[in-house]
Amino acid sequence: MIAMAIALRQLRSHWASGEVRVLLMALILAVAATTTVGFFTERIESALVRQGSLLLGADAVLSADHALPGKYIQQAQQRGLHSTSTMEFPSMVVQGELSHLAEIKAVSAGFPLRGELTISSQVIGGGMLAKTIPLPGTVWIEPRLSSLLALKVGDEIEVGERKLRVAAILQREPSRGGDMFNIAPRLLMNAADVPSTKLIQLGSRIRYQLLVAADAKSIDSYSIWAKSQLVRGERLEDVRSARPEMKSALEKSQQFLGLSAMVSVILAMVAMFLANLPYVQRSLDSYALMRCFGASKQLITQILLLQTILLGLAGSALGCLLGLAAQAGLAKLAGKLFLETLPNPSWLPAASGLLVGFVTMLAVIWPQLLRLSDVPALRILRRDLGDLDIRSWLSYVPAFAVMAALVMWQAGNIRLGGVTLMAFLGLLLVTGLLVYVAGRVLHRLPEHNSGAWRLGLANLKRRPGMVIAQVVGFSMGLMALMLLAFVRGDLIQSWQASLPLDAPNRFIINIQPNQISGVKTFFTQTGLVSADVFPMVRGRLVAVNGQPLNAEKYLDDRARRLAEREFNLSWAAKMQADNQVLAGRWWTEQEYGKTMLSLEQGLADSLGIKLGDQLTYDIAGTRLTLAVTSLRKVQWDSMRANFFAVVPPGVLDGFPASYITSFHLPLGHDEPLNQLIKSFPNLTVIDIASLMEQVRGIMNKMTYAVEYVFGFSMLAGLAVLYAALVATREERVREATLLRVLGASRLQVTQAILAEFFCIGLLAAIVATVAASALAYYVSIHVIGISYRFNPSSAFVALSMSSLLVPAAAWLGIRGFLNLPPRQLLQSI
Amino acid sequence: MSRPLVVEALQLNKHISSSENMLTILSDLNLAVPNGERLAIVGSSGSGKSTLLGLLAGLDTPTSGKVLINGQDIGMLDEDGRAALRGKSMGFVFQSFQLLPSLTALENVMLPLQLAGRADANKLALAALARVGLEQRITHYPRQLSGGEQQRVAIARAFAPKPSILFADEPTGNLDAATGQRIIELLFSLNAELDTTLILVTHDTALAGNCQRVLRLQDGHLHDSEITTP
Repeated sequence: MIAMAIALRQLRSHWASGEVRVLLMALILAVAATTTVGFFTERIESALVRQGSLLLGADAVLSADHALPGKYIQQAQQRGLHSTSTMEFPSMVVQGELSHLAEIKAVSAGFPLRGELTISSQVIGGGMLAKTIPLPGTVWIEPRLSSLLALKVGDEIEVGERKLRVAAILQREPSRGGDMFNIAPRLLMNAADVPSTKLIQLGSRIRYQLLVAADAKSIDSYSIWAKSQLVRGERLEDVRSARPEMKSALEKSQQFLGLSAMVSVILAMVAMFLANLPYVQRSLDSYALMRCFGASKQLITQILLLQTILLGLAGSALGCLLGLAAQAGLAKLAGKLFLETLPNPSWLPAASGLLVGFVTMLAVIWPQLLRLSDVPALRILRRDLGDLDIRSWLSYVPAFAVMAALVMWQAGNIRLGGVTLMAFLGLLLVTGLLVYVAGRVLHRLPEHNSGAWRLGLANLKRRPGMVIAQVVGFSMGLMALMLLAFVRGDLIQSWQASLPLDAPNRFIINIQPNQISGVKTFFTQTGLVSADVFPMVRGRLVAVNGQPLNAEKYLDDRARRLAEREFNLSWAAKMQADNQVLAGRWWTEQEYGKTMLSLEQGLADSLGIKLGDQLTYDIAGTRLTLAVTSLRKVQWDSMRANFFAVVPPGVLDGFPASYITSFHLPLGHDEPLNQLIKSFPNLTVIDIASLMEQVRGIMNKMTYAVEYVFGFSMLAGLAVLYAALVATREERVREATLLRVLGASRLQVTQAILAEFFCIGLLAAIVATVAASALAYYVSIHVIGISYRFNPSSAFVALSMSSLLVPAAAWLGIRGFLNLPPRQLLQSI
Repeated sequence: MSRPLVVEALQLNKHISSSENMLTILSDLNLAVPNGERLAIVGSSGSGKSTLLGLLAGLDTPTSGKVLINGQDIGMLDEDGRAALRGKSMGFVFQSFQLLPSLTALENVMLPLQLAGRADANKLALAALARVGLEQRITHYPRQLSGGEQQRVAIARAFAPKPSILFADEPTGNLDAATGQRIIELLFSLNAELDTTLILVTHDTALAGNCQRVLRLQDGHLHDSEITTP
């Protein structure tokens, strides 16, 4: 009871003096940052996964080259999953005299499980959401097929032995991503009609699919079960495995969000620590006096514990509310960005936010507060006793342990978490060293130095512990802001660069050598100046270093598939701009015609191929052995035509080649392309425009997400800077007052403060700039996997701004006191 | 009939080791203070007066020797035991007032009463403040009070729990002569009212002159002083 009364009174009075406000603000920010990011990533991720599911038409898809065993569908039904089956196969479809290869998809009721089919009665525009699938006896066809076969709604089309009526033009299909090089125009039909077409024969190339949808947990557990059942020719895809560009963007944004949340937590902990120092220092006398008046150690511990709990509860609750409000604001913002509303937040982030708040509070301030219960009563008579010694490193162990745990949790990645922690420790070490060295250097400054400046600099030597804490605080705040700014810039830039508005959205394959000029004429007519045509020779990899390639020996599914499939070999004089040689070298003009090979790194890794290996290809029955002379990194998400295997010009001259091109055609401008196809009916156009739009939309949303969370971390960074300023404000006001009493002018006092904080700001800025650049490099390259470019001008701006802003802010903080008459100040200290 | 002893120091030694040598502050010091006595301990600055006061009040522990409070050896008590003893039977007035800046005058006076678990803390504190003439200033914070007023709050705080022993460390040291005089009068009249044992540490011989007995601390020993007592 007494403990509670005293705890409340102490809190009230400390609230008035300011430190508790900073402490509480830091805690609120820490909790708000973790809950916002928690709420946010949870909701965004589920929205993104859902968005990604639209590309699949389901949450997960089981595909096979044979009819799927009944156990998969039975198990899905038993687990309460929604499911539907489809069949996909290529077939020629005929309308009168005209015929064309179509990618037929036979669907059953319920398709698609995620997303919507958009249909219309005309080729361009007028789309509406389909409520069912094509009725038996009818088909829906893509606009391209309608153009190629001069079909309109109501016409009949021959599919195998059946005549089916075109009931609608299919404008958009969620599951239309797939293996883009095998895409012919889509024809969607009812699965009930398939037997009557007699297209399904022994040996037909059919892809059987089972689509399933449910909540994430059920899907995960079903996926685990299904994966254990897969046999040869069967595979399970979910949004991550199905769409690599989605996967990569999703992972990158998650990593950035995790990084932001982590940085916010570290910052808030540093802010709490800094804000706690003056709080503890100010409380020393109070507790010494209480000890003098008979308070037991237990009572003081109770008071301190109650204060911590009260602060922890208030801060965590407010932080959670703020986090909830912040993400609600985001949901409102996102409502305009996302096609569908965000899923509702769960209570998990709130619970974890509360826990985080409590644990960080206890870990950071409790060990320091606990030292208050040890304050000797004799301090009343001897002021030097029981002073806070911030060098007692043991008291930081709980805070560091909690920080490490939180960082690991938020990073969701041991490497990223480990690097961040190491960076933090390194920063502490470097800062301590720098302050020590700066103190030594200042010690040797000549005596005739300007008095006020000398006075200011002397402070650096007098309080090494406090100065280190302050410089660390400033460095941390600045480093976090710079790191996030650098990485965020790189990340968004890499997204924008990877999918520029004019990124290719159409591919034409199967161009014959004598048709190249016709295709180029089409480019000229449509103003596609930068489009290029690449040769392509199909070959199968049959041996590595003379050893026949055995697909069975690869345990990895991807490696096995790669070993089984046909490769497109291409030749080029110059490497494409979105490729990068990682090992070996590109060929020179003198080496044209030599049996050299440049291989994509990922493929080489999957198949265990190294530089210098001899690869034998079977090309149209002829064997060709090539030496791997370079390994390339290919930026697949550039959407340009790229090749796993490239050889110098002249090597493949004797082999039958076709050509491929990719270009950007705005949506709805298909007519010239249709004309081209009419002139050369053998050409196959692959349309990824709508897929690209979807991917671009998702990336845009992730950019907003990144910006939003970045804003939050900025706040946490500013809180640290503020806490670092407040940490020593009282002491500085006292010193400034004494100087004024002793006759120093306001100018001299101001100079002393500016000198000290200029040094602190400069030290912090140097440490922060170097650390942020190094960390940004590491995070960009090794964690997020984007390129990093050191930007000297932004580093310079950050450096100069912080070395000017820190003293300016410090001066602003105590300026008000300098204008008061010293007598008034003496009373207030 | 002689009065019982409330404070006794037996063969008290206090040494402080510095980096270079051992400093002897108190050496084999003996002291006996009977109940209700007003004792002044005088000595020059640095003679160890405050150290002795700290030891007698159990704020510090001696290098060797004993301190008995009401016959109890406080060396046998742990830190909390000594704190409890202080809370029960001691009051303090300090040179620098030692008011908590974040508490009002009333709250400052209530603090030791609350720590002692007194349910009537508010009532007692109000009465004590009225006794020192500060009933109009109860909601004021220390920074809003003059030095003399702050010391009156401190005196109210010291006497409010009705301690049997009052330790005063240079109570007028931070006050001008006139204010100091009023504080002395207040201190002594309250002391007489409550029959408190007063142990006053000062270098002010005039102030010491108000006590029944004056001892001089010199070279770590207590000597009888020539100051006449009333």
